[in-house]
Amino acid sequence: MTGTIDHTVINLTVFVLAIFVGYHVVWTVTPALHTPLMSVTNAISSVVVVGAILAAGPGTLDFGSILGAVAVGLVAVNTFGGFLVSQRMLEMFRKKERK
Amino acid sequence: MSANLVALCYLVASVLFILSLKGLSHPLTARRGNLFGMIGMTIAVLTTLAITRRIDIAIGALAIGGSIGYIVAKRVEMTQMPELVAAMHSLVGMAAVLIAIAVVNNPLGFGVENPIPAGNRIELFIGTFVGAITFSGSVIAFGKLAGLGRYSRLFSSAPVVFPAQHWLNLALLLAIVGLGLKFVSADSPTAMWPPFLEMTAVAFVLGFLIIIPIGGADMPVVISMLNSYSGWAAAGIGFSLNNSMLIIAGSLVGSSGAILSYIMCHAMNRSFFSVILGGFGASEGAVAANGEQKAYRSGSPDDVAFLLGNAESVIIVPGYGLAVGRAQHATKELAQKLIDKGVNVRYAIHPVAGRMPGHMNVLLAEAEVPYDQVFEMEDINGDFGSTDVAFVLGANDVVNPLAEVPGSPIYGMPILEAHKARTVIVNKRSMAAGYAGVDNPLFYMDRTMMVFGDAKKVVEEIVKAL
Repeated sequence: MTGTIDHTVINLTVFVLAIFVGYHVVWTVTPALHTPLMSVTNAISSVVVVGAILAAGPGTLDFGSILGAVAVGLVAVNTFGGFLVSQRMLEMFRKKERK
Repeated sequence: MSANLVALCYLVASVLFILSLKGLSHPLTARRGNLFGMIGMTIAVLTTLAITRRIDIAIGALAIGGSIGYIVAKRVEMTQMPELVAAMHSLVGMAAVLIAIAVVNNPLGFGVENPIPAGNRIELFIGTFVGAITFSGSVIAFGKLAGLGRYSRLFSSAPVVFPAQHWLNLALLLAIVGLGLKFVSADSPTAMWPPFLEMTAVAFVLGFLIIIPIGGADMPVVISMLNSYSGWAAAGIGFSLNNSMLIIAGSLVGSSGAILSYIMCHAMNRSFFSVILGGFGASEGAVAANGEQKAYRSGSPDDVAFLLGNAESVIIVPGYGLAVGRAQHATKELAQKLIDKGVNVRYAIHPVAGRMPGHMNVLLAEAEVPYDQVFEMEDINGDFGSTDVAFVLGANDVVNPLAEVPGSPIYGMPILEAHKARTVIVNKRSMAAGYAGVDNPLFYMDRTMMVFGDAKKVVEEIVKAL
């Protein structure tokens, strides 16, 4: 064996392992919290904001950076909204009413 | 910041994302889990800002989008959660497409070689394709869930079907793959653009087309599936940018959505493909209309109050009708009154009740129903036989005993066994058949009393009469 490992192979390794982790973690989620699960995962998928920030910031203002800025704006709605609405929902799940 | 430090920060964020999902295993740890998610996201964003040359535009866009997100999150009603989630999926899909275009435009800005190597092009192709389908599919799902059907037939909650629909979709899919191959094999950066943009456009159209034939009550599957797609789109972008955190976060979301789709399909005893191919319930109400007129017993809210007041145990079965009528607060008030009288009141939730996974649980939680009164199907089904009154509120197919009769269209679907209770009270708006288009024998049993009307009004009148 010679040569360095290709990026794609490393990515694939991470990808497959992450799917396994996701599979096992998600089955432990209680069905009562499936709606919050969707909004939390939605907020987590807004981590593409990282790519959008990179796209928006190459230094010069061009076609690509404008697209990047639009992408940041769109996905920031989820980044903030997704976690906040999850928090609002989860606040409601209480065992007994507070008197 | 060195590249290694950046990668380590991203690793911390990835672990926090995993912990955030882990926290959702119990309502007690869920809020902490959500907090982990927020911290992870903050680390991810700050780290990225630290390594970006120009951040004023990004911060401005974050502030604008973030403010909109904040306002929406504060104002949205719990009954509107399904459409909010659909709208958010569409944003992730669109962002993935825009990022992919930006990468094709300026690969060096993302640390990708120029011209883009074939491997990266395949990743970009997949990320864009999935992102575009997520976007347009979610827009249709949003329209259907938000009840925009009255503005455009595209958003109708009834399935939109036309001849050769599946062949058209297949042709579009093949076109996308063909254009993708052209994009991957293009020999210059300028030659990459036409197939790339055409492919993206066709993928948008395909996204619209695959969701329009799917009817309202199949939405729990669709919304889970789009949830999954939005994750895969994020992972695809992660591949293109060689960013492990994006791949991990995307895969977590992707597998979560896939598992939810599986659970929803399982709860309807239908295969994923039969849901996705759509058209189910297109002949809605046909069976009921053609069937002979059968006798049923109907009663007034006063009668229901009498029955409930004299019962020792009551199980409430909420369905989509409760969400449409926004009856969750009235229901909780009713339950509280009964509990004060010493009645044992519990709620039974079918996995596909409502329009998204866990929909009913959130509505009940909003009405401050303690979650230890709320039971999943498997945990409560055995108790119906020893229960005085099963009160079905706006649910239909999920309590249809025909599911136990071989040969019926819904045979094999797991149901809540409300028909085993000593008395069954069903609140519906009319005698129309449910989504599956199948008549429900539960309504014609001697022990069943129908109460017609809007769920909220009916429940409020029962509360008054108690």
